[in-house]
Formats: sequence, structure tokens, C-alpha cells
Amino acid sequence: MNSMTSPSFSGDPVAPLRREWTRHTPGQRLSRFAVWLCCVAAVVWAVRSIDIIPEFLADAPEQMADLLIRMWPPNVAHYYPEVHHALIETLHIATLGTLFCFVLAVPLALMAARNVCTIRPLNVAAQFSLVASRSVNSLVWALLFVAIFGPGAAAGVFAIAFRSVGFVGKLLSEALEETSHGPREALRAAGASWGAEMLKGVWPQVQPAFWGIALFHWDINVRESAVLGLVGAGGIGLVLDDAINFFQWDRVSIVLLAILAVVLVAEVIVTRLRSRLL
Amino acid sequence: MSATLTAAAPTANNLGNALEIRGLVKEYAAGKPVLKGIDLSVAAEGITAIIGPSGTGKSTLLRCINRLVEPTRGEIRLRGTELTGLRGKELRLARRRIGMVFQEYNLVERLTVMENVLSGRLGYVPLWRAWLRKYPEADIQRAFMLLDAVGLPEHATRRADALSGGQRQRVGIARALMQRPEILLADEPTSSLDPRTAVEVLELLARLTAAENVPVIINIHNVELAKRYARRIVGMSGGSVIFDGPPEDLRTHHLQAIYGGEDWL
Repeated sequence: MNSMTSPSFSGDPVAPLRREWTRHTPGQRLSRFAVWLCCVAAVVWAVRSIDIIPEFLADAPEQMADLLIRMWPPNVAHYYPEVHHALIETLHIATLGTLFCFVLAVPLALMAARNVCTIRPLNVAAQFSLVASRSVNSLVWALLFVAIFGPGAAAGVFAIAFRSVGFVGKLLSEALEETSHGPREALRAAGASWGAEMLKGVWPQVQPAFWGIALFHWDINVRESAVLGLVGAGGIGLVLDDAINFFQWDRVSIVLLAILAVVLVAEVIVTRLRSRLL
Repeated sequence: MSATLTAAAPTANNLGNALEIRGLVKEYAAGKPVLKGIDLSVAAEGITAIIGPSGTGKSTLLRCINRLVEPTRGEIRLRGTELTGLRGKELRLARRRIGMVFQEYNLVERLTVMENVLSGRLGYVPLWRAWLRKYPEADIQRAFMLLDAVGLPEHATRRADALSGGQRQRVGIARALMQRPEILLADEPTSSLDPRTAVEVLELLARLTAAENVPVIINIHNVELAKRYARRIVGMSGGSVIFDGPPEDLRTHHLQAIYGGEDWL
């Protein structure tokens, strides 16, 4: 905001004509200072309240080195079949979870986008369910679904799906809201039905965003589903959990390497596909 | 072509009126009408140009006709069909009889030129055909014919966002004519184009609509172009029609009344 004040007359004949310009008014300056003060206070308070035990902190490098030594060399023989099958299961969980998430996210996104669905209560309801989905961590979703379906991949798929719905739905509804109104208006003027308007006026506009979001989320879900096994929802996390519980650090390292390899491959695939599709 | 159009101007139309507007009022905010009771009859042929300053309701008037904007009061009849009360399917059936060309072209950028032209048929073809891109053969042939007519035969498979402004507006005209409309509404169709392209596009619009016997209502800022191509000029100011007559009757004092002031003339 600009503030202009006319300085008092001080003998200079042009002084009344001279105008001052400052970026902030004194009030704004004061409130900006207050925000900074709050930030500093928050950091100080945070550091004081987390109870870092100094001995453990000093010990950490040594412990880490010890762990790495125990992890090396990775137990390659352990990879097949146990880790391999778990890895494939993880990929299945991620893929099915992503597909299922889109089944839920597309209708919710259409309902949440204010330029598509003009019924305000539906907008709010859809946005609320998207936020609700995001507010629960995938591990928590997994715990819930393990309680429902019992341990295994099914719980993992649902956990991934219900977690992703929130993000995918929000990104899709934002993409929908960013579409330009002109083409839709033109099709409406030509007598197109709502469906035709969506199909020919809106879908072509959100298509790149849609595929981008789909690929990006599959990539995220591959990583997410790797830890779901920690709570019994299937996949490679289960193997990782076992290895850690039995202090088999050479097995832990092979599992971590396998996950790293899969994430890298997923990254390459997604990047390639994105550049093709967009 | 323009010469014959203007020469034909004084002859009374013998086809009856395509459009009858009676007492049209539009209030975006209650008590503040943008259109203050418009009465307008549009003949079944030729170009009617609406001129007037920005914000005077020209665009609103056009959009009330195909109900992109909801009129507050009044009657609009398209060859006997009352448009103001229509809802749902009836409204869509009426809209497909009215073509529209937009200032910003409003093409679907990521679709090909051909699909943009064919989308003029979306009021006619069932959704599954549009989805599978299985448009009726007759529509495809007409689309090719129109692309030839607007001078873009070799651009059918290019994406709309690869075209220049003038080319896009030609596609917009082809799309509107694809509907086989009974009337064409053109909302500032040349305002985004350079002067030469603007003339070419208007020339094309005049030629094609004359060939297909489609009457045109065009909102236009360029008074010279309006006089050149229209057989009738409607001058609007402050939400009312204050001039209505053939271009040769439009005098300086009319323009002063329409646009206000005189320094610019």
C-alpha cells in the first residue's frame, strides 16, 4: 500500500508540492514487525519444548556409522523371492490405489469446482470430504483398513486410494476452475448439452493436468505404499519391518536399495510419459 | 460483394422478420438496468450492425438473444418461437438455431480445427457420437466445405492453438455456420484483429452469410466497417436504441449522440 503525506511548510516555496512516498504506512510497518517477532518467538519456544537429550545428540554420528557398517554389504541373496514378491505387491498396491482414487476423485472434483457445479452446498460438501481425506495420514488410513479388511494388500490399496483422493480431487478441481469459460460458452451457444460441454469444452482443457496429476500421484503412491507394510497393509514395508525387528541390517539395506531402485525407475517412467503427453 | 449488399439495403425485406425483440430489459443488479426496454426487429437477411460505446449493453443484448445472459423482462421471438421462457432441452434446441461468433474466438485450443468446426453440431449429434468422434458423414462433408469456404482447407488437422487470430476467427465463423443457424450473432468479431484481417474476416462473414441466407447481428466498434458492410445501423447509448436506420442516414450528430463528445470526430 502506498501512503502519501504532504510535509509541513518549511520556508521552501515548493515544499507543499513535494509529495512523499513510502511503501508501508506506519501501521503496516508495525504489524510486519509483529509478525517477525511472532516467528522468532515460535522458533525459540519450539526448540525449548522438544527436550533434546544432549548425550543422544552427541552420540548420533557414532550410532549412524555403526548402523551403516552393519548394513554393508547388503544381503543380495535375500532379494529373491521374498523382497522381489513384496516389491511387486507394493507396485500393485500403488497402481490399484491410484486407479481407485481416481474413481472417487473425479466426481468429487466435478462437485467441488465452482464453475462446474453451481450448487453451493455440494461444493462445500465435496471440498470438506477432500480436506477430510487429506487430514488423515496414509498410515492411519492403513490402520483403519487393516481393522476392516484384515492385514494384507487390500487394506493397502484402500489406504492409498483414500489418502490420494484428497490431493488428486483438490488438484483436479483447481484445474477445472482454471479452465477458460469462452469455449464452454461457445458450445453452450451452439446448443450443446451439459455433457457435451464438459466433454468437448472442458475435458480438452484439463486433459494435460489430469494426466500430469495421475502420473505424479502414481509416483507418490509407489513411495507411500512402501511403508504401509509397517502397519500390516501389505507390500515391501512388511519385509522391512521384519528385518528391522530382527536386527537383520544387511536385509534392511537390500530392501532400502530395492525401494530406491523402484522409485528411480518410476521417476524416469513418469518423466518420459509426461513429456510425451503434455 | 459489399457493394451489392449495401445497394440492396433500401429494399424492404419480403421474408418477414427473423427476430423480434419487445421491451427487453436486463438488470444485473436490481433497479440498475443495463438494457432499458429494447425494441428491435431484425429482417431475415442482411447484416445489422449495433454500434455504441463500451459498457452500453451491446454484448448483453446479443447474449440475451441466445440466453447466455438471462433477460429480466421482455420478449424475444425467433421466427415465432418465444425464447425467453425456454428451459432445458427446449432451450438447447432453440440455441442450435442461433449461431454465435465471439471476440476472443472461443475455440477449444487443444482440439483440431476440424473438431472445432464439428463442435458446431454438438446441439444435433448425440453425446456418444461426439465422444467417439463419429460425426455423421454429412456433417464432416459440410465441415470440409466450410473450411474451404473460409480459406483453411489445409488446416483441418492442425490444432486450433497453432492458428493466427484471423485464422481462428475464420474457424469460429465456420463453426457457427456448421449449425445451419437461422440467425448469426457476432459479438465484436473483429476487435481482436489487425485492420486488414478485420476487413478480410468481415468480408468473409458477409459473403458466407449472404450465400446461406443467414441474417447477422453484429456488435462492432469500427463505425466505418459497420457502414461498409451493414444494411442497417443500430446505435445504442446508455442501454437504449437512439439511432436505427440505413448507414447513409448516420450523421455526425448521431455519432455525437451515441458516443458523446465531439473532439474525437
